[in-house]
Amino acid sequence: MTDDKSNILRGIGAAPGLAIAKAYLFKKERESINQGYIEDIDDAIKSLDEALDRSRKELGKIFSLAIDKLGEKRASIFEAQIMILDDPVLIENIKKRINDEKRYPEYIVDDEISKYQKLMDEVNESYMKERSLDIADIKNRIIRNLKQKKWKSRITQEVIVVTDNLTPADSVLFTRANARGYVTNFGGLTSHAAIIARSLNVPAVVGVHEATVKINDGETIIIDGFKGIVVVNPTEEQLAKYEERVQKLHIYDKELALLKDQPAVTSDGKKIALLSNLDLFEEMDMIVQNGADGVGLVRTEQVFEEYAQFPSEEEQYKFYSEIAKKIYPNNAIIRALDIGGDKVLPFDVKEANPFLGWRGIRFLLDNRPLFKTQIRAVLRASTNRNIKFMLPMIASIVEIRQSRKLIEECKKELDAERIHYDSDMQVGIMIEVPSAAVMANEFAAEADFMSIGTNDLIQYLLAVDRGNEIVSGLYQEFHPAVIRSLEHIIREGKIKDKFVSICGEMASDPIAIPLLVGLGLDSLSLSPAQLPVTKRIIRSISYKEVKNLADECLKLETECEIKDKLNHFFNEKIEEQIRTSYL
Amino acid sequence: MIEKDVKIINNAGLHTRPAATIVKIAAKYKCDFNLMKDGLTINGKSIIGVMTLAAEKGSTIRLMFDGEDEEQAAAEMTDYFERGFDEM
Repeated sequence: MTDDKSNILRGIGAAPGLAIAKAYLFKKERESINQGYIEDIDDAIKSLDEALDRSRKELGKIFSLAIDKLGEKRASIFEAQIMILDDPVLIENIKKRINDEKRYPEYIVDDEISKYQKLMDEVNESYMKERSLDIADIKNRIIRNLKQKKWKSRITQEVIVVTDNLTPADSVLFTRANARGYVTNFGGLTSHAAIIARSLNVPAVVGVHEATVKINDGETIIIDGFKGIVVVNPTEEQLAKYEERVQKLHIYDKELALLKDQPAVTSDGKKIALLSNLDLFEEMDMIVQNGADGVGLVRTEQVFEEYAQFPSEEEQYKFYSEIAKKIYPNNAIIRALDIGGDKVLPFDVKEANPFLGWRGIRFLLDNRPLFKTQIRAVLRASTNRNIKFMLPMIASIVEIRQSRKLIEECKKELDAERIHYDSDMQVGIMIEVPSAAVMANEFAAEADFMSIGTNDLIQYLLAVDRGNEIVSGLYQEFHPAVIRSLEHIIREGKIKDKFVSICGEMASDPIAIPLLVGLGLDSLSLSPAQLPVTKRIIRSISYKEVKNLADECLKLETECEIKDKLNHFFNEKIEEQIRTSYL
Repeated sequence: MIEKDVKIINNAGLHTRPAATIVKIAAKYKCDFNLMKDGLTINGKSIIGVMTLAAEKGSTIRLMFDGEDEEQAAAEMTDYFERGFDEM
């Protein structure tokens, strides 16, 4: 039987899972305008000012991102857009008209800015048409901010969101509002949208060219996040086929759930601590449900993103102690704020090369009051002795020592204030900069534990920007240099008798699990959705055989050979059921 | 009141980046600043206004300054146009 393939779109399966639902086309430029009259002018002016302010903040972030990704010249459009928000003539005019005409600000904004667009459209030049679109963009941003929450309420039934590109904020909002999956035109496997979709256990297919053109709003679509396939308006046959798969997967998930209280132990008795990463607090329940042995990485950027300014010690303390409470008696490793790189800095900093710039521990040590606020909050949350603290982007020993000094300072302050904390709270480091990998032995001596961050380690080791679509193919998880570095870090860590874990995307890749266990890791930290299948894989292998597998991989010279070997092992040794459901 | 006719001499014309710079320069001065082209007068302190001007290489724009510091403003602004928006 051959399927009719004409209704199948292909992309990258960025988050596993299957979903069948109606498509919801999310277009940021579509806003309806309320043309009605208002009573309270002061209130209208106030909401306009707030909308301008929010737009300013949004654009500020976009502007600094755009400078990195597009360069200063092409980013200048955002600078002009920001200036429009402060355009004295325009804004004064809008306010005057609200005052005189007493109509909704969104109507006045639309009408006033559209006048300028019309002037631009009248000129018969393509660049003026484009400029008009830019103006439309800022207009719609202001209008959307004027009616801030409206679009969210539009999703009342379960839908699959189809859009150009998804920001982390968008995906979080949508998931809270019943989104069953995501399809995007752009984006790659390690884009933040993909990572978040995975951690929220929502299937996603990204990089589907022209998805927003080929899929209409309200059409039924099927997405297969395992294979990166979207079926538009499925035939009855296709629908039946996928419904059966959804059923099977459901049964399988139930079986996996039975493993919840079983340990992640190999058939010959090696116990692996199976930890979970926590990107969003919402994942906490899933982490507990899926039987994690603890939280291996709390990304604290989320707390900072939720607040417009840096959250206070009290706000952070509440958040960290909530995590500590939920995971008790297991541990949670809280990572110090890791911003910079592709995570936008709160300040207006322009760096030619942000991944090699002011990020992680560098930013923290240069902003000590902020760092100390976080340290104090983490210490205060440690009273039940189940919190560990982890330092990101460590590149030299001095950074560990300086951080430890600050931690000691905070402890003294807390002592003086008679506030309780765990005086033995462990302080570990991320190994994600090649210098730290090379000096793993010396670094291990200074840290209580180590966690390998493969995403950054791989991109620094191979000099490949994982977000750059042109070279992303060179980002190779199984590059021999990556495998050998892992082996080196783990070996040196063990010599110093330190606990070594791994918390990058690699640990969420089923194919990689036998290798990682074989390399001698004590612990894996992965996205919560991957916990059950990973446990199942670990329980079906023996340490002896995967150690052999790792030893063999360490002798190979190309990624291709290593991948072949791992795939071969997976096909031979791992149960059919795991393979067909998850790969 | 000072009036000056200036020519656009850079290849890309009056695109978004110079438009932003013109408004930034104008904002430094107290005097009123208007641009006139093809009978259309635009307030030069308004970015969205300046962006509506389609001015390719070779076209002429009239700059008009009116106010206490008009001389300094005219000098700096004319200079910026004559430098081809620093894109030459």
